[in-house]
Amino acid sequence: MIPNALPQSLVDNPLLSDWVGFEQGGRVRVSTGKVEIGQGILTALVQIAAEELEVAPGRIRTVSGETSAGPNEGVTAGSTSVAMSGAAIRLACAEVRALFLARGAERLGVPAEALSIADGRFQRDGRETDHDYWSLAREVDLARPATGNAPTRPATQYRVVGQSLPRIDLPAKIEGRGFIHDMLPPGVLHARVLHRPWRDARLVALDEAAVRRAAGGAIDILREGDFVAVTAEQEFVAFRAAQAMREKAAWDGGTPIPPDANDPAWLEAQPARTRVVDTGTPPQTSGGTVVEATYWRPFQTYGSIGPSCALACLEHDPEKWGPVFGKDHAQNNGLERDDDSRKRHPAPADGQLTVWSHTQNPYALRDQLARCLGLDAAGVTVLHRQAAGCYGHNTADDAAFDAAFLATRTPGRTVRVLFTREDEFLAAPLGPAMLVKMRAVLGADRRPVDWTIDLSSPVHSNRPGVHGHHGFRSREALPNPPPQPAERNDRPDAVGGGASRNAQALYDLPFHRMIHRTVDPVPLRTSSLRGLGAFANIFAIESFMDELADTAGEDAVAYRLSLLSDPRGRAVIEAAAEMCGWPGTAPPGEGRGLGIGFARYKNRAAYMAVAAEVEVDEEVRLLRVWGAADCGLTITPDGALNQLEGGIVQAASWTLCEELRFADGRVATATWEDYPILRFTKIPEISLRLIGDPRDPPLGVGEASMGPTAAAIGNAVARALGTRIRNLPLSRERIMAALLA
Amino acid sequence: MPSSADTEVVLTVNGARVRLVTDPTRPLLSVLREELGLVGSRFGCGLEQCGACMVLIDGEPEFSCAREVATLAGREVVTIEGLGGLAGPGGGLHPLQQALLDEQAGQCGYCLSGLMISGAALLSRNPRPSRQEILAALDRHLCRCGVHNRVVRAVQRAGAAMAGAGTPA
Repeated sequence: MIPNALPQSLVDNPLLSDWVGFEQGGRVRVSTGKVEIGQGILTALVQIAAEELEVAPGRIRTVSGETSAGPNEGVTAGSTSVAMSGAAIRLACAEVRALFLARGAERLGVPAEALSIADGRFQRDGRETDHDYWSLAREVDLARPATGNAPTRPATQYRVVGQSLPRIDLPAKIEGRGFIHDMLPPGVLHARVLHRPWRDARLVALDEAAVRRAAGGAIDILREGDFVAVTAEQEFVAFRAAQAMREKAAWDGGTPIPPDANDPAWLEAQPARTRVVDTGTPPQTSGGTVVEATYWRPFQTYGSIGPSCALACLEHDPEKWGPVFGKDHAQNNGLERDDDSRKRHPAPADGQLTVWSHTQNPYALRDQLARCLGLDAAGVTVLHRQAAGCYGHNTADDAAFDAAFLATRTPGRTVRVLFTREDEFLAAPLGPAMLVKMRAVLGADRRPVDWTIDLSSPVHSNRPGVHGHHGFRSREALPNPPPQPAERNDRPDAVGGGASRNAQALYDLPFHRMIHRTVDPVPLRTSSLRGLGAFANIFAIESFMDELADTAGEDAVAYRLSLLSDPRGRAVIEAAAEMCGWPGTAPPGEGRGLGIGFARYKNRAAYMAVAAEVEVDEEVRLLRVWGAADCGLTITPDGALNQLEGGIVQAASWTLCEELRFADGRVATATWEDYPILRFTKIPEISLRLIGDPRDPPLGVGEASMGPTAAAIGNAVARALGTRIRNLPLSRERIMAALLA
Repeated sequence: MPSSADTEVVLTVNGARVRLVTDPTRPLLSVLREELGLVGSRFGCGLEQCGACMVLIDGEPEFSCAREVATLAGREVVTIEGLGGLAGPGGGLHPLQQALLDEQAGQCGYCLSGLMISGAALLSRNPRPSRQEILAALDRHLCRCGVHNRVVRAVQRAGAAMAGAGTPA
């Protein structure tokens, strides 16, 4: 059963009208604070709403991530959207349905139980009445708080939920439409920002004449502090100017990134705060077989195919407000709101600054923009528009700040900012490196009596508003930046953690110690990359399980099962083992092998086991991947499979290919040639199975397959090579080094 | 505003003759998106490394993000907006577009415009490509969401549909 307690999203946005409305033409508005970032969430939410309201999915128009109109549900991240927004929409729609049925029954003079609904039309004993949602819409006031008391439809009667509704956003996209990048309003001003190569870098020289020559068209160069932007009427002119600026700028001062920052030894040498969390009973006796191993995940990046884009417009009526922006303002550096700022920036009327962004958190973006630009939050509207896939904290918010800031310098004009490909590497939040040291003591039965995971990593979130900080890269380059936070820490374990996500193995361990070292400060902006710490922790734990099984002289699958009482966990492992023909027939150390990896994402989202088959000579060829997942009730089975498979491919790429390079004080990775990702000819065939029980609540799938995939590949490579590589990526260089060792 | 260096370029885009007076070194992608309103071809890197900008030039898939427009005088360009027109009169979707919908071969969808261009070019030569042939034909494209296998199935499905319908290859 799905519990009927009021979900947090309904507590935060209590009015039914926050979520649902009936519009002309037989349409239904369903609003959500969650946003489409390529994961298919809107389709799943439409299904939930259609199910509870009993209308055809095609009637539903979604409003998503608009601060002017929609509920505030925080950030779209962490595989939580179906659980959070889905639960709110389910209850809100069920309650709306009940209210309308009651009103219809009143009008017809029959008990509500006598009525049923067919695609929004009210029927009595199977015959049409004159009533439907739209005819009664004026009579039912939805501006009332949800109670959560209306009965939801039982899962056994689901007609829309659990079916694979085609993605609602795909038809436009296969015709080449639907992206924020396509918003090119007449008179749009194209902008590019030159991002600083390292923290607090000072711009000591910029050959503006050379930039203008290279642009080959009219440009404006705007400099304030160490912030530089170029604007042009034509995009290709702005593009050329940006390329030239990159070459013609000289930087000094600040905190350059050390060239060895992507080395485990560097991370280990940085200052860190340590906490220790013990679970279970420490072993009473010493002795036993000690097994230790250290695993490494380097700094990596999300590498979206589409650079971040944002548009912003400050509607400005000089007669009403006077010339509040411009040079005068810039000289005052009045970027932070203070008592005087109200005079320089009269609170604009509703929607005066409009920002279009593919942010993951429209409300946080709005609040931080308002704070940084000295505006009233009520005068800033953030409208989510879709972009290329989002796999963690990307530059969307940075682009939004850049556009918003430039809009305040060009009132009345819509400014469009696009990140350069180079800055998508150089200026993007980095996926934090992690060093994970595993230690276990095996007792007489060859099972762990003592288990320690000791992990070191910088923080996994620096999103806008986190740590009380705005989080915008360009704001730091402008004059008078607000101070950096004294300390940065991950979110608590209870709300998903950061580096510690999935650090607690799901196995039956009598004593479990986690040592979490938060490496802070670091001269890098690290933030959330899909799965956060789960990827490295699962890679480490599941690699280590194979090492323990080897030490014990037991089969890796049997060894896991002997330590796992959770029946759902056992079921996915057994399914994946069966799918891949475990343990296979390839003799170890002869170039071919199977491997397996398992986790329950966040220890509370979907269960997933992945098996991989590889062939290794000088490099790893990923031949086949199998996976079994239990995500409880699946709203959109095909969507869940798509997410799980996509996660496998992305995780395979992280595992086999990806590593950022640092040089000259900066991220030296600038193009896709510097940062190869898995290409079509390297893609394995993938078979997946969903084995969950639809009577169980839905569990997030977006990030569930990634850690198990890394572990499965790592274990398969170890089997094929006869020796284990514990540092990612499992690149040609590392394979060659292992073969020569 | 035209400058003294601007030149006239005449080319065909999606079957229509287009006359431009522009900077001859301007990238084709910029002309498509900004001058012609054909925004379906995507900017990904500007360096011919990701394939999001791919268009057909005289039937061959080519990068448009760094391709100087003056080199296209007298050439025939087809973008994602014109792909349906290739499959036959009356417009509508190209069989590959339909197959992508049928296979739900997308997540974010940003790479799909380019992928469909290369996929359609492959199918026009070889309506029954093997998995290996499809992978090779799409290898210049990057996809970050991981819909590769679905796209491969869509290309195969489209090929079967085209062969079955007797669409001219």
